[in-house]
Amino acid sequence: MATAYDIAMKQDRSEKDSGAPVVAVDNLLKTFGSHMVLNGISLSVDRGETLAVLGRSGTGKSVLLRLIIGLETPDSGSVCIHGQNIVGLALDRMGEIRKKMGFLFQQAALYDSLTVAENVAFPLVHHRKDMSRSERGERVKQLLSEVGMEGNLDTMPSDISGGMQKRVGLARALALEPEILLLDEPTAGLDPISSGEIDDLILKLQRERQMASIVVTHDLHSARTIANRLALLDQGNVVIEGTFEDLQQSDIGFVENFLKLS
Amino acid sequence: MGIIGGFFEWFGNLGIFFWQVLRAAVTPPYEWRELIRQLDEVGSKSFPVVVMAGSAIGVIISLEARYSLSRFGAKSMFPATLVYSVIQVMGPIITGLVVSGRVGAGISAELASMKVTEQIDAIEASAINPYRLLAATRILACILMLPLLTLVSDGCGLLMGWFAQTLVEPLSFHQFIQDGFKGATFSTFLPQTFKTAVYGLIIGLIACFQGMRTRGGAEGVGRAATNSVVLASLFVILADVVLVKFILVVFP
Repeated sequence: MATAYDIAMKQDRSEKDSGAPVVAVDNLLKTFGSHMVLNGISLSVDRGETLAVLGRSGTGKSVLLRLIIGLETPDSGSVCIHGQNIVGLALDRMGEIRKKMGFLFQQAALYDSLTVAENVAFPLVHHRKDMSRSERGERVKQLLSEVGMEGNLDTMPSDISGGMQKRVGLARALALEPEILLLDEPTAGLDPISSGEIDDLILKLQRERQMASIVVTHDLHSARTIANRLALLDQGNVVIEGTFEDLQQSDIGFVENFLKLS
Repeated sequence: MGIIGGFFEWFGNLGIFFWQVLRAAVTPPYEWRELIRQLDEVGSKSFPVVVMAGSAIGVIISLEARYSLSRFGAKSMFPATLVYSVIQVMGPIITGLVVSGRVGAGISAELASMKVTEQIDAIEASAINPYRLLAATRILACILMLPLLTLVSDGCGLLMGWFAQTLVEPLSFHQFIQDGFKGATFSTFLPQTFKTAVYGLIIGLIACFQGMRTRGGAEGVGRAATNSVVLASLFVILADVVLVKFILVVFP
């Protein structure tokens, strides 16, 4: 049975289907000391779309995700979520926007004092007071089942592999049924079969929930499978943005090299 | 930036951190469950070390006081000397320093470890205010628990101090308490006990501040824990100097 929360979320989403990109970054500049990481990049993602961000290590891909969720502040430029610029928003106001976002960290960032089930339940405990304990437990089991970790409810994060931690992190990112999903290397550390399962899950989520997703990855095969568009970064700039076919047809040397070596 | 500039920068950042924690602490939703967990962490888990420290102080003062008072023919002043020394001076400061080491290091190491593994970022990304969940709860737990732990320390100090005296020169506990507290009122001892709430604020604030701004992996975690203990201990002692004077003025 739909809860008030579910109805409110559905209403909220239909109001936002006005055509504006769900996520839009414009002219983002970010430096750390004297090291320039992002040099005025602009990207956007619509509802139901997956954008894969690729590039060499250290080109600012993870920083881009951190800027979008507000964990870093750009030196200049804007980050708009449903048309609202979030740069400089106060922490509690930013919290309302973050409830609609799910973030998978590169190293999963599981809470090491909580079990796998408690990690996934963490956002639900804080934001879904309407859920009973048994409903929460069922939701946690369902989420862990989707990522293939239903047999590890009471395991501590330190007792599972890095790849398994990544799956639990993904389940936690999906706990609040986000509209926007930010994934930092979702298939890193996973075997090819598990990577394929995660790709299938992302595709399923995109189909069923029409989320706007940004995936940072080195895995070109995965990017090609799950993404509608790909953006290739180099030295803080977007070198090319388009479909995989657009990248293949590009005569930019860096792009050719990147595809050849991937 | 020189040492002086770095000093002021540290204080400025601490002030900004304190403001963010204060704002988070007074706005809902309140993290009651985490607060209760922290009260247990700070309070009941510091109990054994506070009991040991308080007991040791009581014995030391008892041995030293008996010797000194005997030299001046003032052995009858022993109960009052022990009571006033433990409750007004040694009990609060020793409790503060012991808890600074045990709790301060623990809090800063835990938060520093969470910082370097992005767990604090994950909390923030989950739309939960880390200043409210992590810092405010720990600081409030320290503020609430320090006076209670001081009472425990004082009690153990008096008990063991009496016991050490009784081994040499029998003295009934009833007589000891009567002579020790003769003429004392609540204002004689309560301000000295409740001033330790300020120690709790110092310990919790510095530990959380050092932990939540850690950088540099395992080395950073170790540095955060060490700096937290050293700085908290130093500021507890400095605060004691100020608070003793303040109490003497307000409660003459």
